[in-house]
Amino acid sequence: MNWLLDKVEELSGENLYACYQCGKCSAGCPMVEQMDLLPNQVILHVIRGNEEVVDAKTPWVCAQCYQCGVRCPKEVDITKIMEALRLIKLRKNVNHIKLEKVRKNLPQIAVVSATRKYTG
Amino acid sequence: MEMAYYPGCTLKTNAKSFEDSAIKAFRHIGIELKELEKWYCCGTVYSIAQDNLMYRLASIRNLIRAKEEGFDKLVTLCSICYNTLKQANLMARNDAESMSKINAFMDEEPDYGGEVEVIHPLQILKERMWEIRSMVKKPLNKKYAAYYGCLLLRPAEVSIDEHENPRIMEELIEALGGEAVNFPLKNECCGSYNVVANREAVIEANYRIITNARKNGADVIVTSCPLCYFNLKDMQRVVKKFYPDFVELPVQYFTELMVEAFEVKQ
Ligand code: SF4
Ligand code: SF4
Repeated sequence: MNWLLDKVEELSGENLYACYQCGKCSAGCPMVEQMDLLPNQVILHVIRGNEEVVDAKTPWVCAQCYQCGVRCPKEVDITKIMEALRLIKLRKNVNHIKLEKVRKNLPQIAVVSATRKYTG
Repeated sequence: MEMAYYPGCTLKTNAKSFEDSAIKAFRHIGIELKELEKWYCCGTVYSIAQDNLMYRLASIRNLIRAKEEGFDKLVTLCSICYNTLKQANLMARNDAESMSKINAFMDEEPDYGGEVEVIHPLQILKERMWEIRSMVKKPLNKKYAAYYGCLLLRPAEVSIDEHENPRIMEELIEALGGEAVNFPLKNECCGSYNVVANREAVIEANYRIITNARKNGADVIVTSCPLCYFNLKDMQRVVKKFYPDFVELPVQYFTELMVEAFEVKQ
């Protein structure tokens, strides 16, 4: 039983076993320098049921830019896998940011988007 | 001609210059952008989890407002609003199961099935390049890097142009008399909402994108997104603190270029 894989597949609608680890997603990811795990490594961790991946920095740095998904030769949409990992945490009522600490003078679009992505 | 216009939250505040210049520029080419009488925040960053229809309701409601007001097309300027509304509309057209749930849940609203078409102003301009060319009074005289970012181009099914090598903005720049430079990072993400919780990602992206544009000879970066605008323009001040060699570059909305080249008065 690998609850993590089941949950990620359920939330993302993606088949993680389709991935053949070519690394194209990671090569094109604009946020990769900020990540502690490469997007293709995230897939491996989920397949292996490695639960620490939920606490990795990578899903939180992902900007939902869809670059990985449009370039994947196996049509795995990692964008959705990252969202699934965020939701596994957020749905336990754990917020990733403290809203009261958010800087002033940011455009609404940034704040509303961050609220969507980082709070449950 | 009148077209329904959906502003979204930021066009009324930080990106007021985008809205103002768009309304002027489009009026000049004969299109009146008529703001929806009622609209709400689109929800931003389209909800991509399989089971989260709740976050898609706001977009569907906005589309219903446009339909109710008798429009078959809805124009929106902000790249994020465009992306969110467009993806929600595709769901309305192609995902009968989700839509039946949504329509049942919103029983106070008429049913919606994707009748309205969501379009970005650049798509309208693409059809009218010859006309735009003939309206130029003061040709642009700088070199421009057209920056698309992510949400005008991806996912591929919502792209306003070929998603790996879009050309619409370059065509516009050239029609207005300017020179469009090669810009390999034109479809790379600016870091988006990371500016709220992980500024470093945006600082790095800003440095990379601006420096790349400058090395390709650009005097100005052109965008269509209030968040890209903030991350690329307002954040330059912060980038400068981290990278002493950083050379700043002006950022403009594509509609501001139109106003300039057409010499639109009020
Ligand atoms: S691009 Fe696709 S197949 Fe290649 S490693 Fe990434 S997810 Fe796997
Ligand atoms: S969607 Fe996320 S993981 Fe994929 S390329 Fe963009 S930032 Fe990287």
